[in-house]
Amino acid sequence: MFETLLEAFRQALGLILSGDPEVLAVTLRSLYISGLATLFSCMWGLPLAVAIGLASFLGKRIVRGFFNALLGIPTVALGLILYLLFSKSGPLSIFQLLYTPLGISLGQSVLITPIVVSFAASAVEATDVELKDLARTLGASDLQTSITMVREAIWGIVLAVIGSFNRGIAELGIAMMIGGNIRYVTRVLTTSIALETARGEIAFSIALAIILMTIVFAITGVINLLRRE
Amino acid sequence: MARSAKAEDLTKVYGERKALDNISLDIEGGKILALVGLNGSGKTTLLRIIAGLEEPTRGSILVDSTKMASHELRKIATLIFQRTAIFNTSVFENVAFGLRIRNLAKSEIEKRVSEALSAVGLAGFARRKAKRLSGGEQQRVALARAFAVNSDILLLDEPTANLDPANSMAVEGIINRLRDERTHTMVLSTHNLHQARRLSDRIAHIHYGRILEAAKPDQFFKNPSNEITQKFVNGELQF
Repeated sequence: MFETLLEAFRQALGLILSGDPEVLAVTLRSLYISGLATLFSCMWGLPLAVAIGLASFLGKRIVRGFFNALLGIPTVALGLILYLLFSKSGPLSIFQLLYTPLGISLGQSVLITPIVVSFAASAVEATDVELKDLARTLGASDLQTSITMVREAIWGIVLAVIGSFNRGIAELGIAMMIGGNIRYVTRVLTTSIALETARGEIAFSIALAIILMTIVFAITGVINLLRRE
Repeated sequence: MARSAKAEDLTKVYGERKALDNISLDIEGGKILALVGLNGSGKTTLLRIIAGLEEPTRGSILVDSTKMASHELRKIATLIFQRTAIFNTSVFENVAFGLRIRNLAKSEIEKRVSEALSAVGLAGFARRKAKRLSGGEQQRVALARAFAVNSDILLLDEPTANLDPANSMAVEGIINRLRDERTHTMVLSTHNLHQARRLSDRIAHIHYGRILEAAKPDQFFKNPSNEITQKFVNGELQF
């Protein structure tokens, strides 16, 4: 068993180092789809997070609670809901998003928006409140004060974004149900690992898993390094 | 010409609690007024209202006899906080913050930051991370940041409360130098009666939101007219 695993690892490294076109294509597609999902979630999630973090309004705790509750939503459940929405008989069928990379990106963006909102809002809230008064006493307008507070919370916000990207690229349910794991079209790292493992192509699966974990750890590592700097 | 200020019939209520109770107080231009009083007496609330960071429940702040709104006060008054607030960036950027807000030219910003840092004895610290400085150095950065914007009114809330004696003396030295220039009007809140005597031109005793006594230091300490102030000066006042 150990020998077989070792051999599979050897083959996996060979696939990675030789730049296997299939491995490369799946990796790039994963990065593109999850990168786009992160971009979408930041577009609507970050302004919301900043508003929640800085403003006091009626129902703020309910809004926070709503996004916190969505943090642990099962990806297959969300995948199923989105499948029903995007499918031919669903209300969003006119957009023809089912089995497309854009469909997966949108699905993943729904999945990771609560991470962006909750974590980024917490980062803004955790900023020293006296800095708000400090900015104001030095003449900053309300907008300049808000920008200052966001800047102070920037590393927390970056970590929220990185965490959401990692969640997106590592999820399987949405990519499988919305993307359908179509070769050269919607096949991404996680769906490919599931498929190749089922087919007994362990070396290929391990190669993809190594890449997936390398991406996740490398991004987090670089951010931690920059943060320390 | 330094600007004078006046608190007129100021009242501030937080829920059920009256933090300031119909306060009227003259702040002479180019001089230092020290606010003394027990914890929770209303010193910080008064400073925050003069700084334009809080709205009074009633009453107003006048500068050179003109009634000022909070946003107008924020343009001419700067508060230095008791607990030093520092932006997570370099010393230079901390001091330059208010200047960038005012859209000054880069060369002017560099000149004023350099002057302000020299004034507080931190020349050569510009590129250092502000949060890595000692408490005393951070407080001096806060002073430099306030000097750099050249506000007409400087409000100092317990500026030496968290500092060791050496740093306290350094900060007092900076305030003294500024007082000698007579270009700024300053209000200093302090628990330290000796400090109030050393630095101020006039002392006001605030007690449970009311001004009980406002007099020149000599008169304040030797012959206070208010009985509670007398006890306070003698260290006999209990909470």
